[in-house]
Amino acid sequence: MKHLIDLRALLLAAAASLFAPSSALADGGRLMPRDVPVAYAQECASCHTAYAPGLLPARSWSHLMSGLGKHYGSDASLDPAMARQIGSWLQANAGTYKRVSEEPPQDRITLSAWFERKHRKVEPAAWKLASVKSAANCGACHAGADQGNFDEGSLRLPAGLDARSARAWND
Amino acid sequence: MKLNIRPRAGLMLAGLLCGLAVQPLAAQTADTSAARQLERFSGLAGAPGQPERGRAFFSSTQGGEWSCSSCHGAPPTAAGKHASTGKAIGALAPAFNPKVFTDTARVDKWFRRNCNDVARRECSAAEKADVLAWLISLKP
Repeated sequence: MKHLIDLRALLLAAAASLFAPSSALADGGRLMPRDVPVAYAQECASCHTAYAPGLLPARSWSHLMSGLGKHYGSDASLDPAMARQIGSWLQANAGTYKRVSEEPPQDRITLSAWFERKHRKVEPAAWKLASVKSAANCGACHAGADQGNFDEGSLRLPAGLDARSARAWND
Repeated sequence: MKLNIRPRAGLMLAGLLCGLAVQPLAAQTADTSAARQLERFSGLAGAPGQPERGRAFFSSTQGGEWSCSSCHGAPPTAAGKHASTGKAIGALAPAFNPKVFTDTARVDKWFRRNCNDVARRECSAAEKADVLAWLISLKP
């Protein structure tokens, strides 16, 4: 569990550098700002985790928002007004902590160095479980992911995890 | 290393409260229904939607890597899973999910996006009518 706690520490630090005092930290360090646009929940989170904007640097969000017509193999296009609204919120809340400030390959959170390090003990097979399907499916294990909560208390064992990995879960 | 932050109960409560903030009740206008959308697309196509043709279209690939079923399930009478991210997607057959096809703008937006993914083009009104006719025909 140690590495997960480290992740929390990292994310807390990231949050601390990101948000105004009235924002995230008042809620025990969750990463999601309070002012999540309805459009973000509806347009982005209908297909994937409502990723907290602090998980990627501003430049990555810019790339993503300028290529929504071909968004990791899917058409996620938005009307211009909505794209502007979501884009400016992402820019305002993007990650600035040093480990997040580096653009990950393909602007994928899951290819960030910190992400790979924090999940290095996860067996390759675990990512392929039907209950997980993809590293992008944070919520398969982090029950509070959509709320930016990666706290250890909200971790849950994904269904179908083999016995060995299940035993290693708390390591 | 154990971080001394806050009691877990407090965090969980915060998470719950945040959940309410992040997932607001859908701002859907509920300006339409599946039946009215079927009428609309049948009208545009100039012919009534055909359920069997809709089933065939929905269930097979149309030039892209995915079919409609890849994310919505086969049959789409229970929650599906996004083929790439694993995110749960509510059941698409109206008899199993009263919220679907109740907002015209959303209907148009998702047909546009998803037809692009599945068929690499916009779907025709006839194809939309067929799919709707089939979805409406699915009953518990």
